[in-house]
Amino acid sequence: MSKQKLVVIGNGMVGQKFLEQFAAKEQASNFQITTFCEEPRAAYDRVHLSEYFSGKTAEDLSLVAEGFFETSQVDIRLGDKAVAIDRNNKEVKSAKGDLIPYDKLVLATGSYPFVPPIPGKDRPECLVYRTIEDLEAIKATAAKSRVGVVVGGGLLGLEAAKALKDLGLETHVVEFAPRLMAVQIDEGGGKMLRAKIEELGVQVHTGKNTREIVDGDDCTLRMNFADESHLETDLILFSAGIRPQDELARQADLAMGERGGITINNYCQTSDEDIFAIGECALWNNRIFGLVAPGYQMSQVAADAISGEFSSEFLGADMSTKLKLMGVDVASIGDAHGMTKGAQSYIYTDEHNQVYKKIVVSEDGKYLLGAVLVGEAEEYGTLLQMMLNDIELPEFPDTLILPQRGDSAAPAMGVDKLPDSAQICSCNNVSKGDLCCAVQGGITELGELKSTTKAATSCGGCSALVGQVLNAELEKLGIEVKKDLCEHFPYSRQELYHLVRVDGIRSFEELISKHGKGKGCDICKPTTASILASCWNDHIIEPALAGLQDTNDYFMANMQKDGTYSVVPRVPGGEITPDGLIAIGEIGKKYNLYTKITGGQRIDLFGAQSHELPLIWKELIDAGFESGHAYGKSMRTVKSCVGSTWCRYGVQDSVGMAILVEQRYRGIRSPHKVKLAVSGCTRECAEAQSKDIGVIATEKGWNLYLCGNGGMKPRHADLFASDLDDETLLKYIDRFFMFYIKTADRLQRTSVWMDNLEGGLDYLRDVVINDSLGIAAELEAQMNHLVDTYQCEWKTTIEDPEKMKRFRHFVNSDEKDSNVVFVKERGQIRPARDDEKRIETVAV
Amino acid sequence: MNAKAELSWVPVCELDDLLTNVGVCAKVADRQVAIFKIADQGKTTLYAIDNHDPFSKANVLSRGIVGDLKGHNVVASPIYKQHFCLETGKCLEEDTQIPVYKVRENAGKVEVFLG
Repeated sequence: MSKQKLVVIGNGMVGQKFLEQFAAKEQASNFQITTFCEEPRAAYDRVHLSEYFSGKTAEDLSLVAEGFFETSQVDIRLGDKAVAIDRNNKEVKSAKGDLIPYDKLVLATGSYPFVPPIPGKDRPECLVYRTIEDLEAIKATAAKSRVGVVVGGGLLGLEAAKALKDLGLETHVVEFAPRLMAVQIDEGGGKMLRAKIEELGVQVHTGKNTREIVDGDDCTLRMNFADESHLETDLILFSAGIRPQDELARQADLAMGERGGITINNYCQTSDEDIFAIGECALWNNRIFGLVAPGYQMSQVAADAISGEFSSEFLGADMSTKLKLMGVDVASIGDAHGMTKGAQSYIYTDEHNQVYKKIVVSEDGKYLLGAVLVGEAEEYGTLLQMMLNDIELPEFPDTLILPQRGDSAAPAMGVDKLPDSAQICSCNNVSKGDLCCAVQGGITELGELKSTTKAATSCGGCSALVGQVLNAELEKLGIEVKKDLCEHFPYSRQELYHLVRVDGIRSFEELISKHGKGKGCDICKPTTASILASCWNDHIIEPALAGLQDTNDYFMANMQKDGTYSVVPRVPGGEITPDGLIAIGEIGKKYNLYTKITGGQRIDLFGAQSHELPLIWKELIDAGFESGHAYGKSMRTVKSCVGSTWCRYGVQDSVGMAILVEQRYRGIRSPHKVKLAVSGCTRECAEAQSKDIGVIATEKGWNLYLCGNGGMKPRHADLFASDLDDETLLKYIDRFFMFYIKTADRLQRTSVWMDNLEGGLDYLRDVVINDSLGIAAELEAQMNHLVDTYQCEWKTTIEDPEKMKRFRHFVNSDEKDSNVVFVKERGQIRPARDDEKRIETVAV
Repeated sequence: MNAKAELSWVPVCELDDLLTNVGVCAKVADRQVAIFKIADQGKTTLYAIDNHDPFSKANVLSRGIVGDLKGHNVVASPIYKQHFCLETGKCLEEDTQIPVYKVRENAGKVEVFLG
């Protein structure tokens, strides 16, 4: 049987999702699939497009799993555009002149930005915001601009305004309607949003009708408005809405809406039953759905239909949204404007804290119809579920949006009221049933639940709700989540930290006799050692502490596979003098060590035997070095680029800041290793966004990024705060670092720790910046104690003859371990393999 | 105790050379022996096992962390973290056993018996 031919026009987010959903079907093997992609690159994430400006690359934004087109045998025509559909011969004509036959055709052509027909709109400084190429054009134009204007005060317009602001432009938003986000939010909400956005330094002009764009006097351009006022600017970004990209369908004579859009039925079929339309180009029930979630629903429906199953239907979609616009929470649910007959509303306004909340309820007061939240949108998840699932309102509906003070907690909806079919995460279509199923399958942690089900991994709006479902389901299953560290302690690391602090415990014996049982093990001993170090900072190989340390900490060096150690002196910020290099080189030569440059801009010396460590360190200390703590679960290095001192592009002294930061936090022990970096400009040569704590210089100060890491599961750090001065930067790092030390689990990197905090990054901001827990002063004091009690562990050790004795390999002999054998490779030593030990040996 | 056995007890170091719950390695004839002084309810007990870690093939067991797991006194290899029973030399994770040695305190000295 010859294969059926399936052609998909458009490889945007929805087109790609369709390919994935279709390829997952058994019937896919009966189809030969071709997809057109007009852009030079395959599908990428347009929802997070603005992150392209904060450092994400086109590859980061890609939505195509590696090898997807090959394994799914999809022929992708990159950079080729479909120019005509011949329905009689069932062929698609490409811009390159090829004719591609089809049995089934899917139109996923998306939309294009609407540019109002204003004279002057085609000037080179007039741009749109839709593709990566658009963003590159914006970046290039912004580089020679001082002022930027966004035309359009809707969702995308405000998103674009943030991008211009981040590019350092004086930013204005010009909106035709009398308020911002007129579609989603009401007048009161729009007013509050405007106040907040203006506070952030973006100027808002509403009720402005642009008449023409002409040459400017102070700037490149001048916008003349219908009310005779004007505005000068160097760049104009049109973000005045989208229009369905439906030209192909129009030419092919498919049924269209009056104002555009390709008419589809519940199976996403157009007026030609072999042609389907999905996403923003499709018109269902006279509506265009300009969000990605309904697009994904349509693609699933079309995939089901084309496979012959016709097992699902598209029946419209909820257009409620929650987003963060320039750091301001904004949410709109259902009938936000109270258009339903007899609808009544409750409104709460707090001008001091700039919070606006409104709920719209049915005439009988029983059901929620809609809501608007500005400035604070924690209730979004709960309110959305109440509306979608027709859950009856509490006796006093206003308690849903009134602030919680004292004991008057907001009435919890109780996730158990939700049906299993309730969609918790609309971005990734995860239902309550999916979450419960995962929990029944053994998941007990929020972070794991998110990564397994993908819930709350896109916009994150449902994070709190996902946490509630997790807890409720665990309770229902009778699972008590055991956070026991090991068989000796019925406590988590966080609880043990607390006990050590509160009881002032200073030894393992005291801790285990008061709070544990047995003799301890290689889990709880190093954990306790780390906690004691984080609290009291006593020398780690004091007799009472020595037995708790992993061998790396005990020998203050890193054990390698053959039982020898490597030595890493601290090189703050990666800055080292020629004399320092020579000293390290001479020591390496004298002790016949293998030397290698590390990723953290230091020098690692390998092949030292335990008895050699004090000798090596005596010489390193005499040469002015100190311990680099490469062996500890502790602050490791602060990597830096050369910064404004030398670099043509640098805007701040990144090396100076790196040294300041490294000197401050050196030697501090934590639940896991912590890495830092400081970059001198946005080119980011120090790769700060791959660190737990990353600092990137801006014209005005420093941007702070948190919770990134490299390793097995690389993760970019999140932008935490912008344009900080030196003092504030260190204050935030102090608080963040200490909060992590106090509350993380054993061996939990900062990224996983943050993912497990309910509320994630926002919560962390609240604690660190707004001091929502009232512990900021305490965190700073505790950090100051650690900074003040720093000692070079090696210096203290070589000054103490008792400690020095412990480095001998044999307690009863000065001989060396004859099992340690090296051979030469590329001019240096390496450990001999078993077979080599028998044949060739090099004197050690 | 007969005279012959008495002669096979080899003194290796002072008891005070050992820290409680921290191992040392002694060279006894041609062998490397890991010796531990473990505290248990107020008194201390000596244990001696071979210093050779069969998994990493390095002489490192004296540098492992000691403790108890499910009632056995154990040391964890500092390289790949397998646990060895200090009484029997049995590995708790894999089907492997390492040599154990008799050890005692005699007039302030630690002695290992080589049979």
